[in-house]
Amino acid sequence: MGSKVTAILVWVSTLILYPSMAAAEKLSVINLPAPKTQIATEMYDLHMYVMYISVVIFIGVFGTMLYSVIVHRKSKGFKAANFHHSTTVEIIWTAIPFFILIAMAYPATQTIVDMKDTSTPDITIKATGYQWMWGYDYLQGEGEGINFLSKMSTPREQIRNEATKGENYIMEVDNNVVVPVGKKVRVLLTSNDVIHAWSVQQLGVKQDAIPGFIRDAWFKAEKPGIYRGVCSELCGKEHAFMPIVVEVLAQEEYSKWVAGQKQESAEPVVDVNKEFTMDELKATGEKVYAGNCAACHQANGKGISGTFPGLDGSKIAVGPKVGHIKMVLNGKAGSAMAAFKHLSDVDIAAVVTYERNAWGNTTGDLVQPSEIKAFRN
Amino acid sequence: MAAVHHPDNELGHEHEHHGPPAGIMRWLTTTNHKDIGTLYLWFSFAMFLTGGVMALTIRSELFQPGLQIVEPEFFNQLTTLHGLVMVFGAIMPAFVGFANWQIPMMIGAPDMAFARMNNWSFWLLPPAALLLISSFFVPGGAAAGGWTLYPPLSIQMGMGMDMTIFAIHILGASSIMGSINIVTTILNMRAPGMTMMKMPLFVWTWLITAYLLLAVMPVLAGAVTMLLTDRQFGTNFFNAAGGGDPVMFQHIFWFFGHPEVYIMILPAFGIVSQIIPTFARKKLFGYSSMVYATSSIAILSFVVWAHHMFTVGMPVTAQLFFMYATMLIAIPTGVKVFNWTATMWRGSMTFEAPMLFSIGFIFLFTIGGFSGIVLAIVPVDIQLQETYYVIAHFHYVLVSGSLFGLFAGTYYWLPKWTGNMYDEGLAKTHFWCSMIFFNITFFVQHFLGLAGMPRRVPDYALQFADFNMISSIGAFGFGFSQLIFLYCIIKCIRGGQKATDEVWEGADTLEFTDLPSPAPYHSFETPPKVK
Repeated sequence: MGSKVTAILVWVSTLILYPSMAAAEKLSVINLPAPKTQIATEMYDLHMYVMYISVVIFIGVFGTMLYSVIVHRKSKGFKAANFHHSTTVEIIWTAIPFFILIAMAYPATQTIVDMKDTSTPDITIKATGYQWMWGYDYLQGEGEGINFLSKMSTPREQIRNEATKGENYIMEVDNNVVVPVGKKVRVLLTSNDVIHAWSVQQLGVKQDAIPGFIRDAWFKAEKPGIYRGVCSELCGKEHAFMPIVVEVLAQEEYSKWVAGQKQESAEPVVDVNKEFTMDELKATGEKVYAGNCAACHQANGKGISGTFPGLDGSKIAVGPKVGHIKMVLNGKAGSAMAAFKHLSDVDIAAVVTYERNAWGNTTGDLVQPSEIKAFRN
Repeated sequence: MAAVHHPDNELGHEHEHHGPPAGIMRWLTTTNHKDIGTLYLWFSFAMFLTGGVMALTIRSELFQPGLQIVEPEFFNQLTTLHGLVMVFGAIMPAFVGFANWQIPMMIGAPDMAFARMNNWSFWLLPPAALLLISSFFVPGGAAAGGWTLYPPLSIQMGMGMDMTIFAIHILGASSIMGSINIVTTILNMRAPGMTMMKMPLFVWTWLITAYLLLAVMPVLAGAVTMLLTDRQFGTNFFNAAGGGDPVMFQHIFWFFGHPEVYIMILPAFGIVSQIIPTFARKKLFGYSSMVYATSSIAILSFVVWAHHMFTVGMPVTAQLFFMYATMLIAIPTGVKVFNWTATMWRGSMTFEAPMLFSIGFIFLFTIGGFSGIVLAIVPVDIQLQETYYVIAHFHYVLVSGSLFGLFAGTYYWLPKWTGNMYDEGLAKTHFWCSMIFFNITFFVQHFLGLAGMPRRVPDYALQFADFNMISSIGAFGFGFSQLIFLYCIIKCIRGGQKATDEVWEGADTLEFTDLPSPAPYHSFETPPKVK
């Protein structure tokens, strides 16, 4: 009684719920996003192909079972047959799936071989995973020598639900990886701390970035556009917040972008030997801190009890300068404290100065970029 | 399977002094397979609810984009512990509980081979569970690197990770002792006439599962021990800077992990293979091919592990090998599904709760099997690895697979254990609620994964919002449906319509043909004769 009513109610509500859901959604959200490379297209087609074969087999098997469930019932007076073995039948239903599997494996094999062929790239970019951002170095091809860090640019207020979420919520970064259309781009992957994974579905790439090793992947984008991806290996608390944005430009525009980047880096950024004032360093340091340190040590310097130590009043932040600089540059092995060698001398000097003079810390110490430079040497 | 001339209850009066001591001491000191089975089952149910609360907290956070309820680091602790608690605390001990209750009765043995060790294998579990759960309250919180514990992330964790490692060691020791017991019991204590190829399929699947456990639990113990020494004693097994390799951990872990998946599903295959023939009133189709299929799955499970690692960057040949080997598993699994369908075909079926859960099992497990083939195709896996598609896939095989198998088995044998019939209306309501809410929760996750939502994230992009909301609603429905199960069981233990000795019209295994309901505290002290 009760169970039948429940069953009917729930089935009906599901039948209404699902189509209404599907109608409310744009179709792109229920399948792989539109592929933009040859390989991604092959992946898309393979998925559809395997899924359709599965659906047909599924309908065949469960159609048979459903018929049996409806017809072969005791309540309808159906008497049980007595067969329970047939070697012929067993051989048939072992052999047929084998051939179906071969039909699936054959096209997949071809795609795998293409996918793994990273030879003769036009451009090589090294992507390094950091907790929690990506660093890019253009190693070869047009743009060689360009390097930058790429951090999520969504403001914390949006994540904390204190501001309206933007269109590309947690899928936007400050510096996009820019590449030209129609060129084979090889991506070398490594990591500075834990395992991350560099993944952009529309380009058909997902490759783990493993500390101490270099792995590679490649793509050749067929259309200009902006393609978004996410870190695809759990890498700690901000794992959800290190997106990847690849901006594919037409060749001329890419050349312009490269020229712009070169010009920027040619300009003397800041003189490392310049003497900075406390206020200058603290102002820069606060920004560097917000971008690199606050995720763990928190904006108020209190850290997170038991997981990430606070800097406010900590032994290192108010102890000797040298220990503090060393910690920031080299990190602490066996802990979540990563090395920050990749930051500039000015940034490191600024953030150390800031940490030594923020919150309750009042060491009054001023760390000049020249000291960092000397320390590195 | 057999008929016997001396039902055990005729001898019962001679053994009255063998009754258990009263109170807590009964449970602490028991060496009785039925008591220990009961302990395992209640323990696993408690852990199931614990892991379930974690799952519902996760789903609450994911109800809407943005961070609302928990902080990201606590979220990661929840996903990690949800996995560990469900795998090692709920599913595995529940199947061992079934093995304890059923294997001796189904093969006509008086008890398990090593009765005292049996007690010890159970009582190792509560301290391990305590270590796991209490790790939430130590500085740094519980392990937050995912249940797979990949270094170097797991090297960064606080002492919660060390507690998890010790818990895994203890759970592993318990599993190994349980497995030795099961293998010995099955190989040495079968009643006269019970040849291997006459054993009920549940016994067969557990025999194979026990061998899998013996093969892989030491491997896991080795992996986490290396993790421990890397963390505490400066070794560099998994640290590239010291000459180690973080990917080696993944290889070792999944060499354990893939057989582990079958450890959690093979006994469910066994349970379903008992239930379908009973309610179809027709012998299991292709008994021997079922045994061979189970063995093939077990053997293949040792050579497919790296399909969990298609994105770590293996050479082409390795990717091809692991893809082909993985796809091969579809063949014996298909044979099983076809055999079950052929068993139902032209049977005389009724649809009590065990049968409903078994059919639900086959239906949904097969969906999980097909998404498994999709994931085995390397180029497709590259798109879906570490997304919600994977979450959907393994919940289809572990929840609607293993868990539904456990529900089916519980309703099937509960009358034999308690002597009372359960409330069929409640049980059917439990089935339909579980079935529907399960699909509401997990079916949409296929779409989320295809569209690119990564797993293990507390926050997601806006285009995933609607399906996440639906999934969370389904999860709460599914969670609360399990309270019906709890109520139904307590009600059955406290009373109800008396069960007949046979319980089910079509049942033909020894516990139904040769023992009264409820089964006496000591059964088969004189072995039955199996025809």
